[in-house]
Amino acid sequence: MLHPLFTPEHEELRTAVRQFVESELAPHAMEWEREGAFPDWVFKRMGDLGFLGVRFPPEYGGQGGDWGHSIVIGEETARSGSGGVGMAIAVQSEMATPPIFKFGTEDQKERYLAPSIRGEKIACLGISEPNAGSDVAGIETTSRRTSGGWAINGRKIFITNGVRADFCLLVTRSDRAAGHEGFSLFLVDTDLPGFEVSRKLDKLGMRSSDTAELVLDDVNVPADALLGEEGRGFIEIMWELQGERLIGVAGSVAGAWLVFEKTLQYAKERHAFGRPIGSFQVNRHKFATMATELEAARQFVYDTALAWERGEYPVKQISMAKLYGGLVVNRVMNECLQIFGGMGYATETGIERAWRDSRLIRIGGGTDEIMREVISKSLGVW
Amino acid sequence: MSAPTADATRFARIPRAGLFTEEHEELRSIVRGFVQRALRPNAEEWERAGDFPVRDVFVQAGTVGLFGAKYESTYGGTGPDLVADAVITEEIALCGAGGVAAALGAHKDLGPYYVYRFGTEEQRQRWLAPAVAGTKIGALALTEPGAGSDVAGIQSKAEPDGDGWRLSGTKTFITNGPIADFVVVAARTTPEGSHDGISLFVVEAGAPGFHASRVDTVGWRTSHTGELVFDQAPAELLGELNGGFRHVMQNFQWERIVMALAAVTAAQATLDLAIDYARDRTAFGRPVAKFQVWKHRFADMATEIEAARALTYHALRKIVAGEDATREVSMAKWLATELDWKVADEALQVHGGYGYMMEFPVQRAWRDSRVGPIGGGSTEIMKEIIGRSYGL
Repeated sequence: MLHPLFTPEHEELRTAVRQFVESELAPHAMEWEREGAFPDWVFKRMGDLGFLGVRFPPEYGGQGGDWGHSIVIGEETARSGSGGVGMAIAVQSEMATPPIFKFGTEDQKERYLAPSIRGEKIACLGISEPNAGSDVAGIETTSRRTSGGWAINGRKIFITNGVRADFCLLVTRSDRAAGHEGFSLFLVDTDLPGFEVSRKLDKLGMRSSDTAELVLDDVNVPADALLGEEGRGFIEIMWELQGERLIGVAGSVAGAWLVFEKTLQYAKERHAFGRPIGSFQVNRHKFATMATELEAARQFVYDTALAWERGEYPVKQISMAKLYGGLVVNRVMNECLQIFGGMGYATETGIERAWRDSRLIRIGGGTDEIMREVISKSLGVW
Repeated sequence: MSAPTADATRFARIPRAGLFTEEHEELRSIVRGFVQRALRPNAEEWERAGDFPVRDVFVQAGTVGLFGAKYESTYGGTGPDLVADAVITEEIALCGAGGVAAALGAHKDLGPYYVYRFGTEEQRQRWLAPAVAGTKIGALALTEPGAGSDVAGIQSKAEPDGDGWRLSGTKTFITNGPIADFVVVAARTTPEGSHDGISLFVVEAGAPGFHASRVDTVGWRTSHTGELVFDQAPAELLGELNGGFRHVMQNFQWERIVMALAAVTAAQATLDLAIDYARDRTAFGRPVAKFQVWKHRFADMATEIEAARALTYHALRKIVAGEDATREVSMAKWLATELDWKVADEALQVHGGYGYMMEFPVQRAWRDSRVGPIGGGSTEIMKEIIGRSYGL
């Protein structure tokens, strides 16, 4: 049976996305991994197919869907076999653009949201800095008023899509004295003078996705580049992070299911000591443990999305689902690599890639440790 | 943030977790009221005594309707509503004494449920109806000294005797065995040992040749766990002749899902107990709860409890929908019961020396929870079932 989050219509979308991913993305996974990026046409193509922004209303080109649709997209793009592709798409549709819909003006939605949904503009999200990651309050990039608007100065790091993005949703400090009330968000075109991609970062996994370090040197933006309310940026970005964590873990768990399936197949075919390695009781129990924990993680994600759609703002549940899912996914990937043995360590099976890709979920979007801080606050042990 | 969908009210119409309606929540508060009023205040004393006023508690519970959610009004029930029964299971798990919860739960979900599922109308009226009222207590006897999780290894035998049967053998670890008015017993009905040669019988207390004695247990000390000896005891066939193995497997799914539900609820109660203690207890000048290591360990436990709950509700939804949930139930059963035990061990740890003292209730949670990964099919058996379901 379907989880109550989903209807048969969601499953139709799933079928369509899976078909697209298997025929148009998965065959290129190896090549894109080698090149350290996937081509821009993926954004355009997915925009044309209506896969970017399923949760946004039709007037901006979206599908008018719900969290069930977003999770379907997140889960199915994770099956491309290259974690970076799913991550880049999630940044486009579920991280950098929802704040535009939620907090933006009609004009901003027309100029940034609609073309992002069409896949014509590539979006990135600038939160982390060399000295401020999970500690958002430590952000040092500044925005100050000028005669015509604002001037922005600072550095951002680990920015997914940042090398090629057309615009960046930037978190800045607009009033140092105001503490948490002193942050503001901006929509900044990347072709403005003073906006520079200082380097493309090389990383352990998610290699098909470009990751940038950005330098903003007196970037002058007009007054209407301010997104949302001046001084409300901290609360606004905290809201953004909830969706980021939920979609992140949904994709991550789906990626682990894919590896689980491949490993199960392998364990039935690969023989050792005269029989399939999957028939050894120890391996059978490993699969049972993995499947159980993966199913718990998946159902946890679905329950959380359902709670959100039913009108809750489930911050604790989201933090828990991300923490649990991330830990399970890492354990599963490692166990699958073990079952694959030497073939798991060889690049050709793609198992080591998934193993490397999966490691990010416990860091990005707020580390395990930050999740535990958030959760323990809600338990009253603070 | 979601945009209006074609069916904007869809999510508002979905009950909590796809299961619990307003009526279920009302039922929950009724059951909680009973448990907190009639059971929990006595838990400590009953545990010390290793017993509880069995007849009185069963009749009270029956009057409140704890045993009838799965059955139609013909039998005094309020159902059939499996979700309501799940609510009752969750609330009973909060009674503070694992053995009392086990006694009430075993009665609710085992012997009498077998009579409902596999019995004739006449058998239902004779055994189920009074069981729903709480005036007769039912038990289920599968395990033998030489056959636990391995149901096919059962040695007890039944032979035809006139219109009825005579049953011989020994059963052990039988919850409510020594206090039961009737026991559903699995026994072999063909000479060759296989799955197909097992049938179910009902043996009534006081039958000649039937003797029950209590065994001592590390936890669940208020529960009457028994060894039952049958020597040519008169028995009545329940369900299909030689269909007993299938019947047992059918009911295992319910037995295991209620164990998972109870384990998740109990784990949450144990965690609450641990957090309360850690808030009050000071070390090095501050509450233990404020040490970051403990904050994070509590966060991990709370997280794993919610994950186990999500999995358990998933399995429950499948059962309620009438789908085969063997795999999901097996998953939920081992994950939830192992977690309950793990949380209890952490809770004992945060109590320090007091955790080791019998005057604090955490030791009881630690002892009581240990049976979860053993009873109703061990964790190892659950993993066998799950692994095999993937073709391994």
